[in-house]
Amino acid sequence: MTQYIIRRLLQMIPITLGILTLIFSLIHLIPGDPAVQIAGEGARPQDIENVRKALGLDQPLWKQYVTYLKNLAKGDLGRSFRTGESVAEEIKVRYPATMQLAFGAMLVALLVAFPLGVISAIYRNSWIDNLARFFALIGVSMPSFWFGPLLIIAFAINREWFPVSGREEGLRSLVLPSVTMGLALAAILTRMIRVSLAEELNQLYVTTAIAKGVTRAKAIFSHALKNALIPVITVLALQFGSLLTGAIITEQIFSWPGLGRLLISSITSRDYPQVQASILVIALTYIMVNFISDLLYGVADPRIKLE
Amino acid sequence: MKTAKRLLRNFAFTSGLILTVALILVALAAPLIAPMDPFTQDTARRLEAPSNDHPLGLDDLGRDVLSRVVWGARVSLRVGFSVVIIASLVGVTLGAMAGYFGGLMDLVVMRLCDILLAFPGILLAIALVAVLGPSLNNVVLALATIGWVGYARLVRGQVLKVREMEYVTAARALGARSPRVIIRHVLPNVINPVIVMATLGLAGAILSEAALSFLGLGVQPPTPSWGAMLTAGRRYLGLANHLAIFPGAAIMLAVMGLNFLGDGLIDALDPKYRKQLT
Repeated sequence: MTQYIIRRLLQMIPITLGILTLIFSLIHLIPGDPAVQIAGEGARPQDIENVRKALGLDQPLWKQYVTYLKNLAKGDLGRSFRTGESVAEEIKVRYPATMQLAFGAMLVALLVAFPLGVISAIYRNSWIDNLARFFALIGVSMPSFWFGPLLIIAFAINREWFPVSGREEGLRSLVLPSVTMGLALAAILTRMIRVSLAEELNQLYVTTAIAKGVTRAKAIFSHALKNALIPVITVLALQFGSLLTGAIITEQIFSWPGLGRLLISSITSRDYPQVQASILVIALTYIMVNFISDLLYGVADPRIKLE
Repeated sequence: MKTAKRLLRNFAFTSGLILTVALILVALAAPLIAPMDPFTQDTARRLEAPSNDHPLGLDDLGRDVLSRVVWGARVSLRVGFSVVIIASLVGVTLGAMAGYFGGLMDLVVMRLCDILLAFPGILLAIALVAVLGPSLNNVVLALATIGWVGYARLVRGQVLKVREMEYVTAARALGARSPRVIIRHVLPNVINPVIVMATLGLAGAILSEAALSFLGLGVQPPTPSWGAMLTAGRRYLGLANHLAIFPGAAIMLAVMGLNFLGDGLIDALDPKYRKQLT
């Protein structure tokens, strides 16, 4: 296991370097002279020169790259063009808001998918199973930027149960964004749980348990469900990564002050150091989460040998 | 014939096909079926609710929402098809070469795939559009940049299997050169899963275009894009809900149709693809 972790960590180095290089090159992808583009229309030559200096664009490329990596290692992500503050500080403030949203969405997804998936696996091809499958289909096709506004119309405007946007009202503010973001995940999990549990219920050990006098409920819940949940845990962990990118859209719908909203607003104001840093943090979190989900897989099922 | 019959008996496929054909027809016939010009403004009647003259109401600039939804189908499909065509051509070519030639070629292509896969797709698209500037063409470019990876991996895997088949060895022994072997003997064997992936990819591209446009990073006004229409609609929630409801419904129907079609194709062509595609 330790060997596996070390090897996976080593494998992450080239991938992380690749991503860093990709994010570093973004600035150089700007068509024309990046400094002129970033300084904006009608900028004085002095402004352009300042931008060039601030971004280090006057240095040779390899030197820029080395400086970039050096600063990263020190935790220095650069200074915002807009505020002049360290971009890392802004991210520190925004990060918890995005995490809160991601966990909220996950909770919603579990609360919906767990009962629905289990019931439809037990009563396969019944009306409730069909309903669950229909829900799963709708859930994956429904774009969050449509579902969110529909929820706002229904539960924030027509019935003033929840705030329309923002994060000021604590848990009440969290409900609609979490439901918006959790829907697609709930749909995927419902399908997973149904398939996985249905497969386990067909196994001989379940039949044997029932034949030996164990109640059906016990056979399902304490025998089959445990095994059925292994693939579900992996999917859940893997999907956490996509929740992070889903947050970019959901935060925009609900004006939620997280990383995603920060990213979009810095793009609009051409605050490139902030753009680079936000992308970097989201991408690195995504990689870490996927790594942890891989490890979790091995812990959840002792039968799986991670090599 | 047999395959066609089996496909049509598949409920998901048939309903997906109907929705998709409807979408394509609406896009092609937009100038004929849109009741009004999608750009004509009637500011005196802005945000007006659906009525007999304007079945889906008027938007924030007094433009006919139905006409804009109809024309929006063109934008969605244009982006969708462009992305799928570019991504599949690039992906299939690189994947086939990586699988067939192996060695350095394989190493470089596959590492590139690893990096792109480790990076959340939509985030990369956002980053690319952010630096290239928001426009329809840049959206296509960004989505194709993340889209080719799936095809490359799929085709590479298939080619690795097919490469060792006796008929390929036979073709080579008869003096066929590599490009001929790949195009005539290897690719026909991997085309079915590619078609399925392209169908699902079309749904994905339409959804991503709408998402980027919703974020203000996609198709720019006044071009009617469903995603951009939703952004405007979000500002008038409570005042004019029809602005958000109808474009969103259009996105959902289009995406659902294509997803059904792709799902039906998987079941009907060969269920074993399900594993390779997920």
